Amino acid sequence: MSSIKIELRQEDVDKIKDICASFNNEPQELINVLHKCQEHFGYLPAEIQEVVSQELSIPVAKIYGVITFYSFFTMTPKGKHPISICMGTACYVRGAEKVLDEFKKELGLEVGQTSKDGKFSLSSLRCVGACGLAPVVMIGDKTYGRVAPDDVKDILREYE
Amino acid sequence: METIRLTIDNKTVEVPKGTTINKAAKEIGIDIPVLCWMELHDLNIENRPAGCRICVVEIDGRRNLAPSCATKCEEGMVVRTHTTRVLNARRTVMEFILSDHPKDCLTCPKSGNCELQTLAHQLGIREIPGQEIAAMSTYRKDTSPSIIRDLDKCILCRRCEMMCNEVQTVGALSAVNRGFMAVVAPAFEQNLEHSTCTYCGQCVAVCPTGALTEVDHTPEVLRALADPTKTVVVQTAPAVRAAMGELFGMKPGTLVTGKMVSALRALGFDYVFDTDFAADLTIMEEGTELLDRLNRFLQGDKTARLPILTSCCPGWVNFFEEYFPDLKDVPSTAKSPQQMFGAIAKSYFADKIGISRKDMVVISIMPCLAKKYECQRDEFSEDGNPDVDFSISTRELAAFIKQANIDFNNLEDGDFDAPLGESTGAGVIFGTTGGVIEAAVRTAYEIHTGKKLEKVDFTELRGFEGVRSATIDFDGFPLNIGIAHGLGNARKLLNDVRSGKSLFHAIEVMACPGGCIGGGGQPLHHGNSEILKARAAAIYEEDRNKPIRKSHENPFIIKLYEEFLGKPNSEKAHHLLHTQYFDKKKKIVVKQ
Repeated sequence: MSSIKIELRQEDVDKIKDICASFNNEPQELINVLHKCQEHFGYLPAEIQEVVSQELSIPVAKIYGVITFYSFFTMTPKGKHPISICMGTACYVRGAEKVLDEFKKELGLEVGQTSKDGKFSLSSLRCVGACGLAPVVMIGDKTYGRVAPDDVKDILREYE
Repeated sequence: METIRLTIDNKTVEVPKGTTINKAAKEIGIDIPVLCWMELHDLNIENRPAGCRICVVEIDGRRNLAPSCATKCEEGMVVRTHTTRVLNARRTVMEFILSDHPKDCLTCPKSGNCELQTLAHQLGIREIPGQEIAAMSTYRKDTSPSIIRDLDKCILCRRCEMMCNEVQTVGALSAVNRGFMAVVAPAFEQNLEHSTCTYCGQCVAVCPTGALTEVDHTPEVLRALADPTKTVVVQTAPAVRAAMGELFGMKPGTLVTGKMVSALRALGFDYVFDTDFAADLTIMEEGTELLDRLNRFLQGDKTARLPILTSCCPGWVNFFEEYFPDLKDVPSTAKSPQQMFGAIAKSYFADKIGISRKDMVVISIMPCLAKKYECQRDEFSEDGNPDVDFSISTRELAAFIKQANIDFNNLEDGDFDAPLGESTGAGVIFGTTGGVIEAAVRTAYEIHTGKKLEKVDFTELRGFEGVRSATIDFDGFPLNIGIAHGLGNARKLLNDVRSGKSLFHAIEVMACPGGCIGGGGQPLHHGNSEILKARAAAIYEEDRNKPIRKSHENPFIIKLYEEFLGKPNSEKAHHLLHTQYFDKKKKIVVKQ
């Protein structure tokens, strides 16, 4: 379990309740609610899940099950510059794993982790729909195509 | 009703539309092996994830094998259940499951009663290819007061998840993570103890492997029996006698009361008493409380809370403390029979035989796993000495008897000791759904009306429907009674109470489907609800055979009040036999 124990502020609780209410507190809207919550808070710690559980009347165990099933959802806060390496088939066969290894080495992070200073977080995802540019790396909204392991240092330098 | 004709293994069968291949095959005596699928037919409980693929069959004209548990019959279908292709597929599936399963059957608590083991034997698996190089998923063991989770043995059939969520609506368990990391776990993978688990034990009751088992307290019992300074007293719950015979090869529904008593005596218990006695005592306290609230209500007292809810079932108590803490003044304050027994044994009876409560060990034999937790609750002890020291399940007692090489089947019938072993038919029926309220009605009617009941059998309160209701004529006053078994059914009635819609004066709740006879500590039913029905019939048979069938006529109960307690709901009775409930709902913490 990788959750960080936080307490919510009243305005955070109200925000989560607003999000749930915007989907009429319907249990089947769970994934949409989680998307909105992650969009707003950046991640989905236990406390947020508890509030969603109460609002949508879904056991918190089920919500945790959904969050741990879909790799898009995270319980750890993303870094200021979230790095995603595409591991889809096209990127993979064109050497995405070596690129990922290079990022791991340079940052000293494993997939799913965030650097201590909160600057970078590392994740892998499946296909961003830019297979022609494989292997693809995304940092925030910026896309890097045809990335080679040797490019990694230069890319990271842009964010110093 | 529209029917469908199809051929299974060259035999023709006609079944109602919507029937699955598996059930159609059963109609003509073909038993297709299943693993994740499970059903309790009479209780409308079914687990059908179609995930394990053990039950695959070949259907003419279809390219792929089909899971028979989830594939519906179609007109003219030709099904084959044991072709080479089918047998090879089943074997491969089984080999995959076993490649990620520990091979410690010799010491596994489920050995001999494990559906996975039985199936591996049936399919003739003799080796597991690739075993040397295959990785095994591992997970920490989680021990709670009642239940042990050993996820290394989990095959992800998700029966426990179905029970916990759909039937019980407790929602403590869910499948989490994916791939090799997938497990069934509480939220945030906390230990069960820190989840919303009620310890009802229904997950244990349906687990096909050793992944979910009870905490075994027989070593503590053995230690107490071996200690010459301790007087060891045992109490046996009503549902135990109606089920334990199954573990000694007897037909479901065989009553083994007398043999059980003899076996307990042979094991060395100093006094063999009966929880049924305490059940009679519960009726005196709970029945009096019901009448008191009812009379106040009829006199227009707005503070009288109705309906009164029964409080014998510890899984149920855990459930409303977690989900309905706002209603915690609605249930009866009467302790459960197990705890009433402990409180009386360690006061009244200890005084009688001239020993201190510290030198007495009270053991309970229960069909239940929540009882293990209940007897550990702080409010049920005095200066750190619990009223009930240890609770063991029907399964644990049977294993203990076998361990002590007692020839159970050939034992002579024994009788319970006096005074805490005497009970009425009303005490016995506590073991099945509807029984507690029927016992309460037998006593409350006579006290309220001052008339003698002509007929003590209230068949309108019996049955297996999940939610039942009946109106009993209390000499002109219609007493509305609700009954729920299974926590999901209880939730429905509780929601009505919360919103003020409930028209009931009294509601009985038992956490387990079928009541205690279907408890988490009972012999495993392996999805055969006929077994539960047979146990219920046995309970009513024991009731019929009792010379006294109303709690307030139990001479030892009358004597207990005369000598010790005074009147029902007296101050002394309140101190010893009543309890309070707590708000255990998780709170959202807001940062100031």
